[in-house]
Amino acid sequence: MKNFFSTKIGIILVGAVIGVVAIVLQKLGNPPNMGLCIACFERDIAGALGFHRAGVVQYIRPEITGILLGSFLISLFFKEFKPRSGSSSIIRFFLGFFAMIGALVFLGCPWRAFLRLAGGDLNALIGILGLILGIFIGTVFIRNGYNLGRSRPSQNKVAGWIMPVVMIALFLMLIFQFKPIIFSEKGPGAMYAPIFISLIAGLIIGGLAQRSRFCTMGSIRDIIIVKDFHLFSGVASFAISAFILNLIFGQFKAGFVSQSVAHDVHLWNFLGMVLSGLAFALAGGCPGRQLILSGEGDTDSVIFVFGMFTGAAFSHNFSMASSPKGIGTFGTYGTITGIIFCLIIGFTIIQKRKVRSLK
Amino acid sequence: MNQIDTRGLSCPQPVVLVLNEIRSGKSEFEVLLDSEASRENVKRLLNKNKLKFEVKENLDHTIYHVKR
Repeated sequence: MKNFFSTKIGIILVGAVIGVVAIVLQKLGNPPNMGLCIACFERDIAGALGFHRAGVVQYIRPEITGILLGSFLISLFFKEFKPRSGSSSIIRFFLGFFAMIGALVFLGCPWRAFLRLAGGDLNALIGILGLILGIFIGTVFIRNGYNLGRSRPSQNKVAGWIMPVVMIALFLMLIFQFKPIIFSEKGPGAMYAPIFISLIAGLIIGGLAQRSRFCTMGSIRDIIIVKDFHLFSGVASFAISAFILNLIFGQFKAGFVSQSVAHDVHLWNFLGMVLSGLAFALAGGCPGRQLILSGEGDTDSVIFVFGMFTGAAFSHNFSMASSPKGIGTFGTYGTITGIIFCLIIGFTIIQKRKVRSLK
Repeated sequence: MNQIDTRGLSCPQPVVLVLNEIRSGKSEFEVLLDSEASRENVKRLLNKNKLKFEVKENLDHTIYHVKR
């Protein structure tokens, strides 16, 4: 069967839908320029579970549940659900960990970077430049043989079902207001669209992104490696549709200062995203794509997502996360450590390949 | 004839491997694929390079037989 969403028109349509949904979610209550942000929303969930105690960013975001389940259901339907594992799980965990630290220095994943730009936040432009540099460094490794190795079909098919069940459990804890869960009383964590609308929005995005392979990191990587603008046309349409809707809703405000949930420390906006872009490139997908793959049964991506949750917890517990006031006390340490980690991973893997090819 | 086994490899490895093969100038090669995303990506790459290929469906994977 021909997959319409994998065509050029298909991916442009998907990008536009995601952009519109993001801005509508913002209109319905999600934080400013944060209608959708995978990193921020995972961070909020980590906080709601008490993994960190940053009081303003604790909420179980139903969008995350929706995106993963959307991908899960549609991949089941199209017989693309394949539980698999075994491709450098522990490396992926730490790539996710440091990707999150970088994202929280910048304050957003690539999805939010484009949404911030679409809202007029020019700091996002600096972040996106950092993202491009990070991805570029990743492609240098990839071109030199960097590879995390093959995954294999899971011995136990049930492995692929764990994450969808975890996501349902999170959602149930939200709707029944399970006592141990911590909900922000103020700040971005206290701003959210109605629960079921968020869930449905997530389901739609998850389904469409699964069919179209929508990936922000991949969109830039493919341009660099194969001069293929396919994925980028989706990401561009995502940003443009969000921009147009922001104009219509009067939410567009251009500038560097006093942007919502953002800071204007340029160097670290840049380097935070260099780290994230590099980590995503080495892991083969942006946070959104990792959620989608998790829904398809890719348990290595699940490990990456767990790395992101853990990274979010450390980020706030160790004062590495930024805030509108500026970067965190130890944000610089986290970013530099992360970049060094990614470079070591990249170099050791390409070195190993070179040695092997000499034999 | 060269066979490029992309089974179990994640993005962008299948595309990178096929790209290297195209650049090496071999006149005939086969690509083994087991994920839908890879099938689409490699197909797009081959089409972009105006390479003709035959598709063989196996039980758990697909083979693109490329001949120029």
